[in-house]
Amino acid sequence: MEQMTTLTFVLGHMNYWLFVVLMMTGLYIVVARGNLLKKVVGLNLFQAAVFMLYISMGKVAGGTAPIFTNNPAETYSNPLPHVLILTAIVVGIATTALGLALIVRINETYDTIEEDEILALDHATAQKEIDAVAKLGSDGGDVK
Amino acid sequence: MELAITLILFVALVTTAIAIVVMRHLFSVVMLSGVFSLLAALLFIVMDAVDVAFTEAAVGAGISTVLMLGTIALTARSELPPAKFSLTPLAVVVLTGAVLIYGTLDMPNFGTPDAPVQMHVGPDYIAKTPTDIDVPNIVTAVLASYRGFDTLGEVTVVFTAGLGVILLISGLGKRQRRKRGR
Repeated sequence: MEQMTTLTFVLGHMNYWLFVVLMMTGLYIVVARGNLLKKVVGLNLFQAAVFMLYISMGKVAGGTAPIFTNNPAETYSNPLPHVLILTAIVVGIATTALGLALIVRINETYDTIEEDEILALDHATAQKEIDAVAKLGSDGGDVK
Repeated sequence: MELAITLILFVALVTTAIAIVVMRHLFSVVMLSGVFSLLAALLFIVMDAVDVAFTEAAVGAGISTVLMLGTIALTARSELPPAKFSLTPLAVVVLTGAVLIYGTLDMPNFGTPDAPVQMHVGPDYIAKTPTDIDVPNIVTAVLASYRGFDTLGEVTVVFTAGLGVILLISGLGKRQRRKRGR
């Protein structure tokens, strides 16, 4: 009996855990990879896994898609998560498009889409400015 | 049967995700992300969300793949190998995953008909749609009629994002030509 309940618990929650695994793969790409385009792909992966988790909550065992059939005794899955996720998918593609446009713009300025190289270029620019200011200061000029 | 289909789809999804992590060739990464979206759409069908499935197939596997291919064409073809392997991201991911799984332990079993999420407004919409809206698809009825203002808000978001994209990359070709001419 004890084993029975553990088994139903594991089978009933396995879906959620697998979604978490997918979500974390996406998060890993975002955190560990330096390529900006790959980060966007990782973000999309994460997002898709969240959608799956959300949709899975609306599923009713033995239910069907929430479209009316001629059978009045039919059980339907909950339509509300579907509506929310439809909106989220469309907003997601909007943010992806904006992110990709930013990548194109970054590539135009820095000539690279690797995070490390962009940071190195930024540090080099900052260092140059600091040196210039220090030089002005040592010349006794007015630093503005 | 349904469990078997779900498991097969999961194996495919996880394999695709890991392939995306490993691949350096950005074209393959983009194609694999399209594959991932298509598999996700199949999973949505198994979970009764047909509207979400075809939106995901059209948007995730279609539009976003095209946008990413465009980005590759304008930027770089492949990813540089990471300078050094670090354990910190792995630790962050494992920790976050453990916390999330801990959070799911209190959730009702998958498909439970009397879960809290099925108790409140959901059945109300299902009961009232035939008399209020008279559209067979309940998702359409909620999206376009009951929550029409939210959809208007969504359109506003898409419009704003479109404006942002245009502002960001307008004049790109002109600037590139000037740069080359110099």
